[in-house]
Amino acid sequence: MKLTLKIWRQANQDAKGAMHTYELDEVSEDMSFLEMLDVLNEKLNADGEEPIAFDSDCREGICGMCSLMINGEAHGPEVTTTCQLHMRSFNDGETITIEPWRAQAFPVIKDLVVDRSAFDRIIQMGGFISVNTGAAPDAATMPVPKDKADRSFDMATCIGCGACVAACPNGSASLFLGAKITHLGELPQGQAERNERVVNMAAQHDHEHFGGCTNIGECSAACPKEIPLDVISQLNKDLRTAMKQGR
Amino acid sequence: MANQKTNPPATNQPAVQTSDDAKGFYTLGEKIEDTKAPAGPIDQRWTDRKFEAGLVNPANRRKLSVIIVGTGLAGGAAAATLGEAGYHVKSFCYQDSPRRAHSIAAQGGINAAKNYKGDGDSVHRLFYDTVKGGDYRSRESNVYRLAEVSPNIIDQCVAQGVPFAREYGGLLDNRSFGGVQVSRTFYARGQTGQQLLIGAYQAMERQIAAGTVEEFTRHEMLEVIVADGRARGIVARNLVTGEIETHFADAVVLASGGYGNVFYLSTNAMGSNVTAAWRAHRKGAYMANPCYTQIHPTCIPVSGDHQSKLTLMSESLRNDGRIWVPKNKADKDKDPRQIPEEDRDYYLERIYPSFGNLVPRDIASRAAKYQCDDGKGVGPGGLGVYLDFADAIKRMGRDTVEEKYGNLFDMYARITGEDPYVTPMRIYPAVHYVMGGLWVDYDLQSNIPGLFVAGEANFSDHGANRLGASALMQGLADGYFVLPNTIRDYLVHGPYDAIDESHPAVVEAKNDVEARVAKFLSINGERSVDSFHKELGNIMWEYCGMERTAEGLKKAIGLIRELKKEFWSNLKVLGTADSLNQSLEKAGRTADFLELGELMCIDALNRRESCGGHFRAESQTEDGEALRHDDEFSYVAAWEFTPNETGTNDPGMGTPVLHKEDLIYTAIEMKQRSYK
Amino acid sequence: MATDTLVKNARAARTTIALKLAMATSGLIFIGFVLMHMYGNLKAFGGRDAFNKYAEHLRTFGEPMLPHEGLLWVIRVVLLVALVVHVASAAQLAARASKSRPVKYEVKKNKHSSISSRTMRWGGVALLLFIVWHLINFTIGKVNVSGGATTDPFNLLVDSFDVWWLTLIYLLAMLALGLHLHHGTWSALQTLGLTNSARSRKAAKTTGLIVAVVIAGGFMLVPLFTLFGVISK
Repeated sequence: MKLTLKIWRQANQDAKGAMHTYELDEVSEDMSFLEMLDVLNEKLNADGEEPIAFDSDCREGICGMCSLMINGEAHGPEVTTTCQLHMRSFNDGETITIEPWRAQAFPVIKDLVVDRSAFDRIIQMGGFISVNTGAAPDAATMPVPKDKADRSFDMATCIGCGACVAACPNGSASLFLGAKITHLGELPQGQAERNERVVNMAAQHDHEHFGGCTNIGECSAACPKEIPLDVISQLNKDLRTAMKQGR
Repeated sequence: MANQKTNPPATNQPAVQTSDDAKGFYTLGEKIEDTKAPAGPIDQRWTDRKFEAGLVNPANRRKLSVIIVGTGLAGGAAAATLGEAGYHVKSFCYQDSPRRAHSIAAQGGINAAKNYKGDGDSVHRLFYDTVKGGDYRSRESNVYRLAEVSPNIIDQCVAQGVPFAREYGGLLDNRSFGGVQVSRTFYARGQTGQQLLIGAYQAMERQIAAGTVEEFTRHEMLEVIVADGRARGIVARNLVTGEIETHFADAVVLASGGYGNVFYLSTNAMGSNVTAAWRAHRKGAYMANPCYTQIHPTCIPVSGDHQSKLTLMSESLRNDGRIWVPKNKADKDKDPRQIPEEDRDYYLERIYPSFGNLVPRDIASRAAKYQCDDGKGVGPGGLGVYLDFADAIKRMGRDTVEEKYGNLFDMYARITGEDPYVTPMRIYPAVHYVMGGLWVDYDLQSNIPGLFVAGEANFSDHGANRLGASALMQGLADGYFVLPNTIRDYLVHGPYDAIDESHPAVVEAKNDVEARVAKFLSINGERSVDSFHKELGNIMWEYCGMERTAEGLKKAIGLIRELKKEFWSNLKVLGTADSLNQSLEKAGRTADFLELGELMCIDALNRRESCGGHFRAESQTEDGEALRHDDEFSYVAAWEFTPNETGTNDPGMGTPVLHKEDLIYTAIEMKQRSYK
Repeated sequence: MATDTLVKNARAARTTIALKLAMATSGLIFIGFVLMHMYGNLKAFGGRDAFNKYAEHLRTFGEPMLPHEGLLWVIRVVLLVALVVHVASAAQLAARASKSRPVKYEVKKNKHSSISSRTMRWGGVALLLFIVWHLINFTIGKVNVSGGATTDPFNLLVDSFDVWWLTLIYLLAMLALGLHLHHGTWSALQTLGLTNSARSRKAAKTTGLIVAVVIAGGFMLVPLFTLFGVISK
């Protein structure tokens, strides 16, 4: 395959960036998208141009490190992460536009690499159950109905990649936030801190300059783990309950 | 430790090595001993140790600081627990968030001796299985402790909200895993590692908000600071700004994971590296059993030169899939569906009739290699064997197969573009885990005082081979329960004298790092970092992979030394030192892999026996089974780094010194395994 | 720019979600209102007397407990408050949203969003302008474009919709209303936290569609039938 790649290049956070165009030949359809970029980088290095910076780590779709807006779609055209996207999803001769996640809360560090530490700070504000090591009762003392455990698990599969934010026209992180609220809220262990959790995490979400949700559904459609919109409803409900109860 | 108790009688004698394959490649040093394990009955040792370890007054804890490198299960759990206790923790990771650590990719599950199924499991049985599974090359007191704390891990994780799989009654579900006869594996669908890591990550983030833990993401540790004989801090590079920073503490914990990426292609993450451990090794920490490598039989094969990593598929596939290759080499490029039954060789079922496709990982891996070496491998490069579900689909129906393995089949289809319901899958072994690592005593402290090592980065619990679902157990045991208890016995003597930037050890460490970074950028050669890393990986895979020979290993050592020379004279790294520069990061990691690779080959050359993840062709039974030599090798090989002024790095790697730690068993007797 | 600080003293009422709740609640009030309004308009099919009687009844409803036009004023006040809340929170939410992505994408695809969801903001502004005109036309100014000043509601209605371009404006506004209700109804239910499963989500979306079609369609009947002479003086 032969491809034309239009890629965002930006030297650092304060520099002005621009789209650059590269031609790449002999792309195999068995390459993953990131392997295609590896090949491009080898070529750039050989030609004396600094390779393009992009994030990736596990390359098996679970760590959430890879990102990339590919032809206007977060993680590209398939329901998966960029690292699991393969070149057979593209056509010979195609022009592919590659941009970083765009959000006020995700500043570009370099080229296609963004800072997602806002997600960590949202978790710091309550995305946990307060139990010190060693203070736990025997695991069998607290049965959890299977349907609740399964739903909790489904929402806990969020990989924190930020595709929801990238795809949202409002730059909202409500899907990320709702997934964590639902993961912990479905479990009996998560009840004690439920009100406090949702209020604190939602406040931090706003503080990080993520936008509000307009229930459009782009986030869920872009989510590589297919987290459903339910979680945003759950988030809203939990916040409403907390407000009613005086938080 | 002063201890009045005495050990029960030993079941074996210290090893006496008579062979010397690695002669000329190493020098023999003094024996070492684990001085921290208390004597006495094995089930009392951990209780005794916890009692004897000093206690730090809560008011003093915030004056004591601990640096933790790595945020996987071991590092994340340790940061959270030490933070909760009130110590001042500084946590480092090279990723953009602690939640990315590669523990997240573990699929199968986590073992714990809960015996919820009432099927006869116990702490002792888990201990027994783990020592036996490790081919009697682990330290028994460490393994017993691992089994002993395993139930606490499950309690802790459940309390944190880890959504383990449950039965309809709401209680936790278990499955049997990796060929053991009890169901002791807890799991969260195929994403157990992810769920456990998120639990540890959240506990750690909670401590960040509480102010006890500081996190430094996109930071890579490039040197350990050893001042006045103690580990007192690290030199780290801020990967965004390029700034070389120094951080001080009363103790340093390395929880930086394994070094499987020395093979370039492995199931590890792209960034997984040995640098933190290797820099410590260069500063005097011993590297133990570096040759023990676990190779997983069911990975998706390489599709071409562009391949950047390998993807594991759960071993459970071997429960229903049948592994075969064409009998005739001429058939290997044919559509497998066109090859008639009589022209297929179901080689595992043929050679191992009683275990068939379910033989242990190393046997299955090696058997696949032999078929491919024989020219019968299928797929690109002839590096693959078929894993066929046609019979299973006929027997159970497509729906049942889909229900059991649907997500794995989907993953396979996504990566290869082939439909495994129609054509047989292709699999090939891949490096997955390393049992070797930095040498630690019972307290998880290396031979450098104040330097502790946890998780896959240490060598301690798995011997020569790790059982399925035991990596997660060890990481969390170290992080939540072991290290926080043992490190206080070191911290109780602190705070240690404050040091600052002007201390000679700090100046030296910082200068070394800066010089190295400058060197990479100034070589200005022709070849990219990746090209060197790939070449190293090929050498390692070829000569230090599934089957090793004295001849091959010697050849590999020569090849690595040449490659190392070329690396330091012909490397091309563009960009600058004061910005995000991923080639520069990779250069540092590859430089360390080159030295590690050589040490792995020397260790493998010295160990003229086959045990667990180390198979020497010279040491096998008539049937081609691994043959251990307990009389010669029932010891831990702990390697000391010696500098070589004329080397390529600055200073280069000289002849390593071998220190042996005798493995003496009191609670278990050594046996040879057999799977025929 | 991301921050690196954590929020202190977080309050539920100060979050974006609280703003959305205000938006949803005021929106639901409007849905209730337009539903009643649409029903009232259909009285035009009953002829002048039925329609005018209904208009008069609105003014005398609740007498003597309430003063003349009492209920009407209660409704007006409630609607006015709802309008202020709805518009103010929309403005704030839109401002936050636009600040959340200062650098736009070169290429951006819509994978999932409906036309109705993407036209909420401009559609809302259009509706606001229409409401202003609508009030001048029928309530405050009673501007009769074709038939001269009148105090007879039915006359005003028929005279107005006999003018093709007035009818066209009205029909376009109802199209905008339909779109706004289609996404707005589902969105309000989601914001109120009533759609926590795939099933309830589907039900809420279906409700949105029904509400949009019934209300916008119901409103369109009178002007169309007036224009075609079925409803006449």
